[in-house]
Amino acid sequence: MSAPEASVAVRQRRGSFGRLFVSELQLVFGRRRNQVGLVVLLGLVTMLGVALKVSQLRHPGARGGDIISAVAGNGIFLGFAGLTIEIALFLPLAVSVLAGDAIAGEANLGTLRYLLTSPVSRVRLLAVKACALGVGSLVGALVVALGGVLVGTALFGAGPLITLSGSRIGIGDGLLRLLLAVLYVTVGLAALGMIGLFVSTLTEQPIAATVATAMVSTLLWILDAVPQLDWLHPWLLVDRWSAFIDLLRDPIFTDRMVTGLWVDLAYGVVFFGAAWLRFRNKNITS
Amino acid sequence: MSPDHAAISSNGLGKRFGRQQVVVDLDLDVPRGSCYGFIGPNGSGKTTTIRMLLGLVRPDAGSCAVLGEEMPAAGGRVLPRVGALVEGPAFHPYLSGLTNLLRLDAADGTSDPATARSRAGAALERVGLIAAANKRYRAYSLGMRQRLGIAAALLQPRDLLVLDEPTNGLDPQGTREVRHLVAELAAEGTTIFLSSHLLSEVEQLCDHVGVMREGRMVAQGPLAELHGLRTRRFRLRTADTAVAFQVLAGLGVGDAVEGADGIVGGLGELEPDRIVRALVDAGVGVRAFGPLAASLEDAFVELTGEGFDVSA
Repeated sequence: MSAPEASVAVRQRRGSFGRLFVSELQLVFGRRRNQVGLVVLLGLVTMLGVALKVSQLRHPGARGGDIISAVAGNGIFLGFAGLTIEIALFLPLAVSVLAGDAIAGEANLGTLRYLLTSPVSRVRLLAVKACALGVGSLVGALVVALGGVLVGTALFGAGPLITLSGSRIGIGDGLLRLLLAVLYVTVGLAALGMIGLFVSTLTEQPIAATVATAMVSTLLWILDAVPQLDWLHPWLLVDRWSAFIDLLRDPIFTDRMVTGLWVDLAYGVVFFGAAWLRFRNKNITS
Repeated sequence: MSPDHAAISSNGLGKRFGRQQVVVDLDLDVPRGSCYGFIGPNGSGKTTTIRMLLGLVRPDAGSCAVLGEEMPAAGGRVLPRVGALVEGPAFHPYLSGLTNLLRLDAADGTSDPATARSRAGAALERVGLIAAANKRYRAYSLGMRQRLGIAAALLQPRDLLVLDEPTNGLDPQGTREVRHLVAELAAEGTTIFLSSHLLSEVEQLCDHVGVMREGRMVAQGPLAELHGLRTRRFRLRTADTAVAFQVLAGLGVGDAVEGADGIVGGLGELEPDRIVRALVDAGVGVRAFGPLAASLEDAFVELTGEGFDVSA
């Protein structure tokens, strides 16, 4: 037995999930493009706040009954309003960008072959990528919600919230409900992330994977808006994404959200499984 | 595992991409402790073979074993002991060289996080890249990228190094340094599997060679044996060419021809001394006589039937 062999023999197998996961988060959040993406998400909710402020100044007293109009009376509502506005396009787009990069980005750079020969097992690499997508979804939703609260408070002030049911809840209770809304949105976005992860295993072009994932989410929203397809709506991933608004009822209405979480989970499991089946024996020629 | 196991062996290894049969019935035999040169024209299946050995591409025929264990099944156990540079370096452009190495180290489940920085630093030191450790990879020159790729292969003590064109893109000084490094690692007992299109590099560094042609192994063995495969030739300088040709014909040398640099012919089974004696006995004035050194390139061209053109 040669000298180097002996030194390798004493090396124990340790788990690499934690270290690779930390490295993955540094990679995702250290990347300038992703940081700009977060700023854009924040900028959109800021624009919404400013637009509402301007319209309030021009038409004082005009007030609708929905969540967006409620912002004019209480800045904390801008957190909910931001999520409502961005859940349709911008948050899914952000997740699509991250998911497109997950495997296809590494394949495109050629770093995939070096990761796999390091070695990291393919299922572990997929799991790390999936968890990083979950964190990315959470951070995106958090930035929108907390950014909305800060901007809204600065523009409209903060105070106890009037729920959609007409009752009054304290600021602390309101913020707690906003946090629950963020977590609910995160689960839905992460499920979309699993679709993106699957697409990402099919190509070596991250842009293609991103575009395909964003198209899937947009298509789902369009299908969800066609009344003739109402039989299909309960099965669509995005159908209950906006149900976090039920957190603003008193008492909180949970039926739609619970079903929504099950749908998210089903999509997540199916597409993570599909990604694994595809990636497990894939020939890495990049 | 017995020490006489081959570092790499394969049995009937084959791979097809679509209609193209890229590797056919390949039997590799890389002895432990050897420096094995894997040569062949572009497109002859070298890189696909390397990818199969490393578990990146699944063979659809035959089997291969690395360090005595079946690949790709034993990848988790085998690959930590294998350093690899496959088809050029590849790193994240917006991370520094050091951060890129730490990321690869984090992926290896057997590596010790406590020593990660010192090992990465030592690897960078060894390839002469320590001064650029914190520069972003995108700012690296081609030669620096190549060195970083080699540093990644040296993050751990390895039993086997698979180096695909390790001197690609390096300047002459860098080429010398890398060859010196490879020779040093080989001297330490690490088995080296070196794929190269530079025959002089293989001739200089390797003691074993395998020659690929259109997905098949056309010759494999110790370098000296490959040299021996080539027909031995001699060169004769003399003023008495007419008599010399007669003598040579009498000895059975039928293929002697006169060139600008004298008469050249094949030795066949003849001993050089016998030819000289016969020439002198016949009164031919011999100015110079000697065997023609067969370069590996000659042997290579003879075996593959082509130069460095891309195989279709």
